[in-house]
Amino acid sequence: MNYFGPGHGACPGCGFPIAIRGAIEVLDGKVIAVNSTGCLEIVSSMYGRNTWGVPYIHSLFENAGAVAAGIETALRAMKRDNEAHVVVFAGDGATFDIGIGTLSGMMDRDHNVIYICYDNEAYQNTGNQQSMATPPGANTTTTPVGKLKPGKTGRKKDMVEIAVAHGVPYAASASIAYPKDFQRKVKRAAEFEGSKYIQVHAPCVTGWGIDGKLTVEVSKLAVETGLYPLVEYEYGKLVKVKKLKQRKPVEEYLKIQRRFRHLFKHEMGKEILEQLQKIADENAEKYGLDA
Amino acid sequence: MAKMKLYIGASSPAMSSEMKTGDWGTELAYIDKEKCIACGQCITFCPEPATSMVEEGDKKYAVVDHDYCKGCWICFTVCPVDAIEMKTKEIYKVEVC
Ligand SMILES: Cc1ncc(C[n+]2csc(CCOP(=O)(O)OP(=O)(O)O)c2C)c(N)n1
Ligand code: SF4
Ligand code: SF4
Ligand SMILES: [Mg+2]
Repeated sequence: MNYFGPGHGACPGCGFPIAIRGAIEVLDGKVIAVNSTGCLEIVSSMYGRNTWGVPYIHSLFENAGAVAAGIETALRAMKRDNEAHVVVFAGDGATFDIGIGTLSGMMDRDHNVIYICYDNEAYQNTGNQQSMATPPGANTTTTPVGKLKPGKTGRKKDMVEIAVAHGVPYAASASIAYPKDFQRKVKRAAEFEGSKYIQVHAPCVTGWGIDGKLTVEVSKLAVETGLYPLVEYEYGKLVKVKKLKQRKPVEEYLKIQRRFRHLFKHEMGKEILEQLQKIADENAEKYGLDA
Repeated sequence: MAKMKLYIGASSPAMSSEMKTGDWGTELAYIDKEKCIACGQCITFCPEPATSMVEEGDKKYAVVDHDYCKGCWICFTVCPVDAIEMKTKEIYKVEVC
């Protein structure tokens, strides 16, 4: 039996299904899935068209952390916590913004949960509104490009660091371009008792303005430019980083996506491009990305 | 009184395979079993999944279930030996005179 799909309603070329199936498979299907409102929920939980081969619950946009904490506590009370991993699958809007309170509570109480944020860098299900995971310069419906503004201003929030600051045993970033690395991280996370946070970069074909031909390439370029560093923390210590032999200029990643194309024409585009390159350079410095 | 079956914990059997999403795209992926080296990349990356591995004697190769292939081209881009071809569906072939 399949753990996730086929027959779900994600757009052709959507990135997150690769991660969802990969995570459940590497945990041998021993998963109770908790899902916040968002694209994943909409495409997988239609009435009479459930796509999950594991127990699944969707409650609200903002409370996946609390729901997972409750399930985990109930399993312990019933002495059945050895039967399955409680795994949250939540979008970036749910994680970085509206659900950060319940996620923070979950991590503060150190519930035994693997929290996986699939990061498509905006509120994609409602049509590409900015979240705090949206990178600078991105054109979204709430940061539209116009004469005065070149898309989003302000940085992408560093949620991995926020998880680390809670003192969780394990936190990591990953990408659908490197599915084996992502699966290894999920498996590693499952070895720790307590709250685990994994953030996986997953392109949205419509929101980013790419087609499926570019899904893997674009997510690979995010890593290769240093804009999406793949890092891994255990008990607050940086234990592993994906090194880059030849870090690419950020333009290579940006120029193939519609959400960034104005940066190459807009009056303030150059400024944003420099800001993005600076972010990549800072990541390289901070994590020692350059091999 | 009519009884309703409720799945506590919102868990019903997976039923989405009844949705034949293979009719969504304009193209379908085809794998040349002679070229395929059974590396599994197209299976790891297919978001649906519509790809799977089959065995025929001592030959192992990947196949695409066209009931679920959305024609996204992802498998085409990750296959290391160019064993995958994308073909336009008959109904989308228009003759231009
Ligand atoms: C409290 C609340 N506010 C707003 C919405 C509308 N809404 C549904 S999904 C969604 C966006 C979800 O974004 P994200 O978590 O990033 O997931 P994605 O759709 O991008 O996968 C919004 C705003 C809602 N369902 N509940
Ligand atoms: S084209 Fe897309 S949906 Fe079809 S088999 Fe390839 S990866 Fe799967
Ligand atoms: S990616 Fe190519 S070589 Fe590998 S299993 Fe699929 S079709 Fe065969
Ligand atoms: Mg999102």
